[in-house]
Amino acid sequence: MAQSEIRYLTPPTVDVKKKKYCRFKKLGIKYIDYKDPEFLKKFLNEQGKLLPRRITGTSLKYQRRVAQAVKRARHLALLPFVTDLMK
Amino acid sequence: MNQYETVFILTPVLSDDQMKEAVAKFKTLLTEGGAEIVNEELWGMKKLAYPIEKKSTGFYALLQFNADPQLIKKLEINYRRDERVLRYLTVKLDKYAAEYAQKRMNKLNNKEN
Repeated sequence: MAQSEIRYLTPPTVDVKKKKYCRFKKLGIKYIDYKDPEFLKKFLNEQGKLLPRRITGTSLKYQRRVAQAVKRARHLALLPFVTDLMK
Repeated sequence: MNQYETVFILTPVLSDDQMKEAVAKFKTLLTEGGAEIVNEELWGMKKLAYPIEKKSTGFYALLQFNADPQLIKKLEINYRRDERVLRYLTVKLDKYAAEYAQKRMNKLNNKEN
């Protein structure tokens, strides 16, 4: 019963499904450079872990390249393996 | 002759001319081995994302060159043997990577002049 009694002033807006797209295909980027940590940080979360495709929306082909670039950057100490509050 | 790109980190303990001498050593090793160095970038002292061998900064250097595959093995053995080098990474460039490196070089050149 309590459910129906709740009246919302404005209807609760469930976030409208934003069509995710692969930024590499859209922008035509062909090579992901492992030497540029700033760009790679867009694909890492605060702990420095790789974001999954369902969040970034990148296609499988480019997700593998991003993963390889990030791992190379970590090897060269351009990116940390694990950190807190990196952004 | 493939296109390669190698980045290596030198220990920060060295003085400036020792750094240059170390970079020069690898450059001569490459040229003697018949490689043709296309581009060289010295990023200088940078902060490492995590300490390597108890050091938190390192001297980064990048060499882009065309070489035979056998030379890479020799280069990496020298990296391992040289204790000044904290870490190294050699990468073969495919056509997209080479094109990207070319664009990057042009950008750096016309930024300087």
